[in-house]
Amino acid sequence: MKIVPASDSSVLVEFGDKIAPEFQNGVLSLFHGLRALADPRIRNLHPAYVSLLVDFDPLTLTHEEVTALVESLLGNELPASADSPAEVAIPVCYDAELGPDLADVAAHTGLSTDEVIRLHSSASYRVSFLGFTGGFAYLGGMPEILHTPRLGTPRRAVPAGSVGIAGGQTGIYPAETPGGWRLIGRTPLRMFDPRSEPPTRVQTGDLVRFVPIDHTEFERLHREQP
Amino acid sequence: MTIRVVKPGLLTTVQDRGRYGYAHLGISPCGAADAMSLRIANLLVGNEEYAGALEMTLLGATLEFEEKAIVAITGASCECKAGSNRIAANAPVEMATGSVLQCGSTTDGARCYLAIQGGVDVTAVMGSCSTDLRGRFGGHEGRRLQAGDVLHVGQPGRARQRRLRVDVRDGVRGAGAIRVTSGAQRDWFSSDTYAKFLATGYVVSEQSDRAGLRLKGDAVETRESKQLLTDGIPLGAIQVPQDGQPIILFVDQQTTGGYPKIANVVAADMHRVGQLRPRDEVRFAEISIPEATDALQAQERWLVELWQD
Repeated sequence: MKIVPASDSSVLVEFGDKIAPEFQNGVLSLFHGLRALADPRIRNLHPAYVSLLVDFDPLTLTHEEVTALVESLLGNELPASADSPAEVAIPVCYDAELGPDLADVAAHTGLSTDEVIRLHSSASYRVSFLGFTGGFAYLGGMPEILHTPRLGTPRRAVPAGSVGIAGGQTGIYPAETPGGWRLIGRTPLRMFDPRSEPPTRVQTGDLVRFVPIDHTEFERLHREQP
Repeated sequence: MTIRVVKPGLLTTVQDRGRYGYAHLGISPCGAADAMSLRIANLLVGNEEYAGALEMTLLGATLEFEEKAIVAITGASCECKAGSNRIAANAPVEMATGSVLQCGSTTDGARCYLAIQGGVDVTAVMGSCSTDLRGRFGGHEGRRLQAGDVLHVGQPGRARQRRLRVDVRDGVRGAGAIRVTSGAQRDWFSSDTYAKFLATGYVVSEQSDRAGLRLKGDAVETRESKQLLTDGIPLGAIQVPQDGQPIILFVDQQTTGGYPKIANVVAADMHRVGQLRPRDEVRFAEISIPEATDALQAQERWLVELWQD
């Protein structure tokens, strides 16, 4: 573990240099520990695969004080809630129209499109963290055979709800943004609603499963969204 | 009290201090690109310093005041008129009932700010009225202003208008290189590369926005061939993608990313980044973290000492 200054207002706490459960647990435990302090001088926490960025008010806290605070929380146990993560089922329509890169993923992996769908929807994924844009979940646990590089040129606009693959990662775009992930399907669910509490459908640590649905069901669920 | 948008300008949004405490959900801070000008504008009209105000980009808006109002314009210079009368910047000004404020193009920076006594009254989302353009929430209907929009103004508090005793323009604009501290992945770059990065003049690309300022210049070479595991991005981080053209990640930035960060703009110069225009040249100078903190404290003292009373 090392703590490095990332800016005059933040430190980066690095637990390791590869994705591994012990490093991810270190990130989560420190994240929950700092959240529980509810210290207004700490402005933002950015958890990631193996690191936590702590952003603070440099007029009221110093790097030394933040480092001491971080060190005092290291080794804390994960909260009990982390041992029994919520399981969230996300319906996904894997039609070619909604997943325009499904055929490319099949070609790259040497699988049929049906096999890609079956494998993608049979795994259980852990939400490593939320980042990039509001409600974007980085999911760990995709079967290795599905690994496919991202697009050479990102799309200017990826529709909200799109489910994509980038290397060994899979995730859902919560809003229309530019993006370079290979799109294999789309969920009709709203993944991010700024007026809800919490505003994101999945939280860090949750277990996510994808449930294949047909186009009729996609349309029906889509109409029901707020 | 309402204000009608006659012409929205190029990119006009409601902004305040920004939205903090939600980065772990992927939510950017947003907020005023030049927070110092936002604060001065609000203080001039007697608002709380981070009250919601309008941020106008490159070309200002035309606004009709349905009742009289006290306003102040700060930030980049921009010719503003009410009918044929020129409206002074950096001072509280009364707009008469039915008057129309026309803000022109900014000349020496990218953004100007219009504060209205009482503050722009929009529903706060996650504790802030700043517009999140990418997430499409906050501000006025989660988007840039359009012709025909009607903005509501809050009740003015008991605070009174204030006047500046110095010309703030030079203090706000600053001079010389943008100051940086070394970034979290500084050791991914050789000392020679880092020295070259600090010696190079970069040009702000047209493809820049509130999420990031893309710079053009001599490519910065990464020593490491390994890929960075996605990590958190501090405000003002200067990341170097594969093509070696640096990007300053700014207020609407993504909260995490996968490119190494060579340096980071200091908090005291963040507002200067908010005034960079496409085609401006920018250079960076490294200072230590204690120097950066001193600069920020000095700036806060300067902000307190600006006022006539």
